[in-house]
Amino acid sequence: MMSRHSEQVVDYIPHLRRYARALMGNNVLAADDLVQDCLERALSRLHLWRRGSDMRAWLFTIMHNLYANQIRKISNAPAFVELDPDHAHDQSSAEQDLEVRDVQQAIDMLSPDQREVLLLVTLEGLKYQEVAAILDVPEGTVMSKLSRAREKLRSIMQLEKPNRLRRVK
Amino acid sequence: MTYRIPITQSDLQAYTDGQLSPKRQREVEAYLQENPDAAAKVEDYRLINESIHDFYDPVLQESLPAHLKVQSTGARFRQWRVAAAVLWLGLGGVIGWQLHPVVVTGPVDTLRAQLVNPAAFAHVIYTPEVRHPVEVSGDQQTHMAKWLSKRLNTTIKVPDLTEQGYELVGGRLLPSTDRMAAQFMYQRGDGLRVTLYSRHGAWDNKQTSFQYTRQKNTSVFYWIDGPLGFALVGDLGKKELFKLSESIYQQLN
Repeated sequence: MMSRHSEQVVDYIPHLRRYARALMGNNVLAADDLVQDCLERALSRLHLWRRGSDMRAWLFTIMHNLYANQIRKISNAPAFVELDPDHAHDQSSAEQDLEVRDVQQAIDMLSPDQREVLLLVTLEGLKYQEVAAILDVPEGTVMSKLSRAREKLRSIMQLEKPNRLRRVK
Repeated sequence: MTYRIPITQSDLQAYTDGQLSPKRQREVEAYLQENPDAAAKVEDYRLINESIHDFYDPVLQESLPAHLKVQSTGARFRQWRVAAAVLWLGLGGVIGWQLHPVVVTGPVDTLRAQLVNPAAFAHVIYTPEVRHPVEVSGDQQTHMAKWLSKRLNTTIKVPDLTEQGYELVGGRLLPSTDRMAAQFMYQRGDGLRVTLYSRHGAWDNKQTSFQYTRQKNTSVFYWIDGPLGFALVGDLGKKELFKLSESIYQQLN
């Protein structure tokens, strides 16, 4: 019979999917691949999960590690250098020319680490110190990345001009 | 008003995210009253939060794709939905035995004998056919679905793979090991054909994850969903065939 703990993992699948979907630019297949990898890893290492600790934080840590590995692979592949988000997103002038239609496109323009911080705080409603633990960075780093992410979104979505504001249903 | 501790950008963030102490929150509120720029910024942050939720929260309500769920065979267990691959990777130790009761429906050999092998065989026989690849052609889809539903004594739906670049060639009724089966054929722009094979079996009303097998160049994804077993066969890579399987699964659910 399945343990109570694996059942707990199962309960978080919809949350992992939502987070993965937002991370992967709304690409359903890529997002679900990430979720599947995360579940495989979590279930195979369930014995390593510290009883009584926060299961959600543990699962999101696993997902973060998998995502970070993916990003690293992409940035290491010479053929895809131009897709390296860290480089692509530095072109702020190009950004401003873009017509951003929805929040997903705007999120795609953030660097992967900004994206992670913003989504963990916003979508999952995690405390800053929880996010810091998941991403294994100081809390101050979480705050500064969050601030940069939001300011970037503000300018991308041109929120300062109310008539350009596009909210997505 | 002066603030014992100056209000910082971090305070504005934490205010937006509801992560301030009640006391500090009141201080920030007072500050925002007097600072329209900061108030506008916080309002923007709030709008950003809202639009992210609006956009992605619907994912929480989506039903899980087949490869992320598995159904328990025991009625007293709730329906476990876990990564299908987990099952088939044969996880060791504790997890292995914990997942054991979730296992398919009986010996895997039965599925092979009654579903996979006949599906692969029918694929090999009919896909090279130039003049008679199918019994009923795709333009008579409604009639075909009705007819096959009647013969197989269950509702047969014909999945649509046009979005994936495959057109329905048509379908046929086939004898299988001990029952009847339906085969649908689809064709890609370059002429490549895939077939979907479906039949009843001793596995009635069970459910499995997607399973994959390969013989030489021919890949098969097979799964059981309610009364029917399905096998999608094609000379395609695993990924491509999986995409098709997933679309078929979703359309039939």
